[in-house]
Amino acid sequence: MHASMVTYTARRQSGSASLRASNIIFTMILVLLFAACSKEPPAPSDDAALAFQKELQTQLIAARPGDVITIPAGVHPINRALSLNISGVTIRGEGMDRSILSFKGQVQGAEGLLVNASDFTIEDLAIEDTAGDGLKINGGRNIVIRRVRIEWTNGPDENNGAYGIYPVQAVNVLLEECVAIGASDAGIYVGQSRNVVVRNNRAERNVAGIEIENTFNADVYGNVTNENTGGILVFNMPDLPQPGHSTRVYQNTVVGNNTDNFGAEGTPVASVPAGSGIVINSNDRVEIFDNDIRDNDTANIIISSYYATGWEGMRDMGEEYDPYPETIYIYGNRMSGGGASPDGLDLKALKVAMFGLNGRLPDVLWDGYYNAEKVDGGGNLLPEYAICVDNGAAQVLNADLPNDSAGIVVGAEQHNCSHEKLPAVVLEAPLG
Amino acid sequence: MRLSAILSLVVMLVACDAARGPVTLHPADRPPERLSDWGIVFADGKTFELNADVVPYDLNTPLFSDYALKMRTVWMPPGMSASYMAEGVLDFPVGTIISKTFHYEKSGHQKNGSLTVVKADRESALNEDAELDLSDYVLIETRLLVHYEDGWTALPYVWNETQTDASLEIAGDDRQLGLVAGTDTLDIVYVVPDKNQCGGCHVTDHGAKDLQPIGPKAWQLNRDYSWWGNDATQLENWSGRGLLRGFDGDAPAGVRWSPPGQATLEQRVRAYLDVNCAHCHNPAGAADTSALHLNLDAPVDRLYGICKTPVAVGRGSGDRPFDIYPGRPQDSILVYRMQHSDPAIAMPELGRSAVHTEGVTAVSDWIAALNGDCR
Repeated sequence: MHASMVTYTARRQSGSASLRASNIIFTMILVLLFAACSKEPPAPSDDAALAFQKELQTQLIAARPGDVITIPAGVHPINRALSLNISGVTIRGEGMDRSILSFKGQVQGAEGLLVNASDFTIEDLAIEDTAGDGLKINGGRNIVIRRVRIEWTNGPDENNGAYGIYPVQAVNVLLEECVAIGASDAGIYVGQSRNVVVRNNRAERNVAGIEIENTFNADVYGNVTNENTGGILVFNMPDLPQPGHSTRVYQNTVVGNNTDNFGAEGTPVASVPAGSGIVINSNDRVEIFDNDIRDNDTANIIISSYYATGWEGMRDMGEEYDPYPETIYIYGNRMSGGGASPDGLDLKALKVAMFGLNGRLPDVLWDGYYNAEKVDGGGNLLPEYAICVDNGAAQVLNADLPNDSAGIVVGAEQHNCSHEKLPAVVLEAPLG
Repeated sequence: MRLSAILSLVVMLVACDAARGPVTLHPADRPPERLSDWGIVFADGKTFELNADVVPYDLNTPLFSDYALKMRTVWMPPGMSASYMAEGVLDFPVGTIISKTFHYEKSGHQKNGSLTVVKADRESALNEDAELDLSDYVLIETRLLVHYEDGWTALPYVWNETQTDASLEIAGDDRQLGLVAGTDTLDIVYVVPDKNQCGGCHVTDHGAKDLQPIGPKAWQLNRDYSWWGNDATQLENWSGRGLLRGFDGDAPAGVRWSPPGQATLEQRVRAYLDVNCAHCHNPAGAADTSALHLNLDAPVDRLYGICKTPVAVGRGSGDRPFDIYPGRPQDSILVYRMQHSDPAIAMPELGRSAVHTEGVTAVSDWIAALNGDCR
């Protein structure tokens, strides 16, 4: 059936061959010896689920490069984390609605499937209701995650696991046509990675739909991220070995991300207001274009620094950390309907005061923090670091948080600039 | 009794004794299904004992594993020895077999037929015959680390009901246990790791991906061990037996976890966090993604958790702001994750279904005594 099973069969056969070579009496003694001293192993459990789980984990352990491990159709209960440490393996189901690994009642392990390997492909299956993360890929190169559904079937709940699909410190990653629903942090979370394409996925009713964090060279396109707390996040966190930059977010649908934030306090996403479409936090060289962004009640696009995340003044960030979003370019998006009911008392009051009870905040919200060492004589960010918004009628609200909102500015002319466009991410062979 | 039955009984007895042969190093690709085939440790349902050629040892500060008692042994091929290292794990020769047998003292209580055992934060101890009396103890699993030419391999063996042998379970296993302390019983699912999960701790360098022993470091071995019957330390004894070379008698001081009182609170906590966390939480470990480094030689600064905000903590934050909030254990994520057994929250991620009360207390006391603020 699979390589591992073949291996075991072969082992047993060689064992019986050596028995045949012995004389009959010796065989009899051996039989008696087994009976007397072992009385074990216990009879295999008739619990089919447990047997399936053990066989699957055995296959993962015994896998060799080039192996394809198949997950048959059906709902397969699993009660402890699965893991793969061998590179060059494919795990393939019969469809994300047919081959289902269900971790409801999981007793052990911080994720459903943990992969510490390169040249890994997983496709056409579902991982449901894990205690912690759904699918975590820690390290490795050439990772393909395709048509995989990660879902907490009870819908948004603070007791759901944190991350659905979670490659971290990975290089050359393709994540496409997946579905992520109900994560108490991010449905799709790409951390500290490089050369990443996230396309044509659907992420709904998570705290964050898709989050790109401390990653460089990422293309995020063709995705549908609706009904999360925040649709698509591009973040940089302090202390990590790799600061992120160069992310393109385009041709996505980002609609109605108004689910109440159900993330645990203390997590970075806990600071994301409900009603956030696309959020850039402390990241540089981010391009947002050609997206459909609608009806996100706080704002369709938010640009913020680490200082605005709610822990201002409580942090000792590493000296090397750059908390400011810089070189941001927003153009050609179709935006409407956002900002009508912002999350948080300050923003609500601001909206009513400036735009009236029935008004709405502008499409783009900027907290107003910038690096005072990177300004020209007029106090504006040097052109290469500027936040450029060239998006038709879209307006920018500068909340001027550094000055306690003393000088709030609404308009687009201060951001009337452009940057050189980022090149497309080119996946390297064998993915490219 | 018929003759044939008598004959088989004789064969049985001979066979059982004969099975207790010398330690056998099996090829890496052919691990035996039964633990007894290694010849490292044996049990016959009445007593558990060691092959006379293996050396038992203990660590100053062990990894917490659901209050299991651990009997550790090392064996090296005849004539071979480990090379002393002041830092890090001793350099063991190819052919070394390290074993760790997880067992519990039986509890007098019985509960619905499930196994109840004593919950006690103590070390394993052999009796004067260098055995464990299995009327007092129950064996759960024995893990082997075997050093082959191309690296170490981990093998988990699970003991049978009759306590006569253990079988290889590379996909792991689990067992319902009641941990009894006084009148309280804590029901847990004791989880035997699968072979990959062995690497979850024993791959301390996530980039290099090779398995390593973790415990047998000079500071961990620098202590006495009652089995020797004299006052020499384990390092001195190993050296005297020809199992350790290059040791000049000068080793880093040991920090003893239990019983408390032999080291300062800070020393104990730093040793505890190193042993229980730093196999992943070190600058090259699997948890370097979090930038939290709890290794013994790391400075106690932000990356040790002081006023550090979490990165990808998820529900593990417990609505607390910092990993370590000086003076405020109740606001420290580190303590929260130690206090919980939910797999989405618990740290360490593997091998802990029960809360280690003594560990939580020590770490909390240490944080409570820390000065400073996070503003």
